[in-house]
Amino acid sequence: MTNMENLHLEGSAKTPSIHFDAATGKLELKGRSIPENSVEFYKPLNDWIDAYGKDPIAETSVDVKLEYFNTSSSKCILDLFKKLEAISGSKTKVVVNWFFEEDDEDMEEAGQDYQAIISLPFNIIEVEEI
Amino acid sequence: MIKNDIYELYQTMERENILLSFKGVVTSELLSSVLSIMESKMDYMDESPKMKKKVFNVLVECLQNLYHHIDSNEEQDRSFTRIEVKSALFMIAKKDDHFVIRTGNYIDKASAIDLEERLDMINGMDKDELKKYYQEVLSNGTLSDKGTAGLGMIDIARKSGNKLEYQFLPINDVNSFFCLNIKID
Repeated sequence: MTNMENLHLEGSAKTPSIHFDAATGKLELKGRSIPENSVEFYKPLNDWIDAYGKDPIAETSVDVKLEYFNTSSSKCILDLFKKLEAISGSKTKVVVNWFFEEDDEDMEEAGQDYQAIISLPFNIIEVEEI
Repeated sequence: MIKNDIYELYQTMERENILLSFKGVVTSELLSSVLSIMESKMDYMDESPKMKKKVFNVLVECLQNLYHHIDSNEEQDRSFTRIEVKSALFMIAKKDDHFVIRTGNYIDKASAIDLEERLDMINGMDKDELKKYYQEVLSNGTLSDKGTAGLGMIDIARKSGNKLEYQFLPINDVNSFFCLNIKID
């Protein structure tokens, strides 16, 4: 069992809230991701996944509950999924849950875009409100 | 005289139903304020959540294009003052059943040629081709130092569901003025 620290970040007008919990293997991004330059924001998330991947628990689930994200973030989110793809294997099974609000076809399609590129199990889930 | 000009401008804005317009230097702080104003304005409008999200999304991309582009334009042309080259215009209007986002900014001629090629290519694609092209650029592209992914215009075309209307007005040997008109319905 890992004893690494969890990653918790409050959401802001341009960045999502982050709850990455090493003990439960539950990772959540929620809110909006629209910074002009996303690299700085996503760096600690990727670093955390690298560290977690060394000693993960058997099942890792990633809940993406985004209201909006810009194209700068879209690339960083892809890189985050690639990190998760890399740690998925014998030590942990990674599942992505991509949430979208009802009728938000753009966010549903965005989930399908990632599903087409990333080889992780991808659940695209419609909810009333994120 | 000045009074008349202002009145004309007022009437034009009223007629065009302009929700918000700005001319000046586009900063990160300005984007935060504009996005927050537009969000609260749309909260009061009788629009579907789907439409509100589309408008907000397209607006973010358009404004961030201006923000990043203006940054790269720095000191490109001595015949303009720095402020002029770094300055841009944008407006958001509601017309009948659709929204319109319009932007205008200076661009150097070499970049204008590249941009025009890209816009024509994007405009030549249907919905499915745009989706494929987006996925291709997303998976193969890299982020620039500024954090731009080369996906902005593709995303605007996908989300707006309309062709990107544009024009490059020749200004002088070095610069053109780039006008972009996005219809969202």
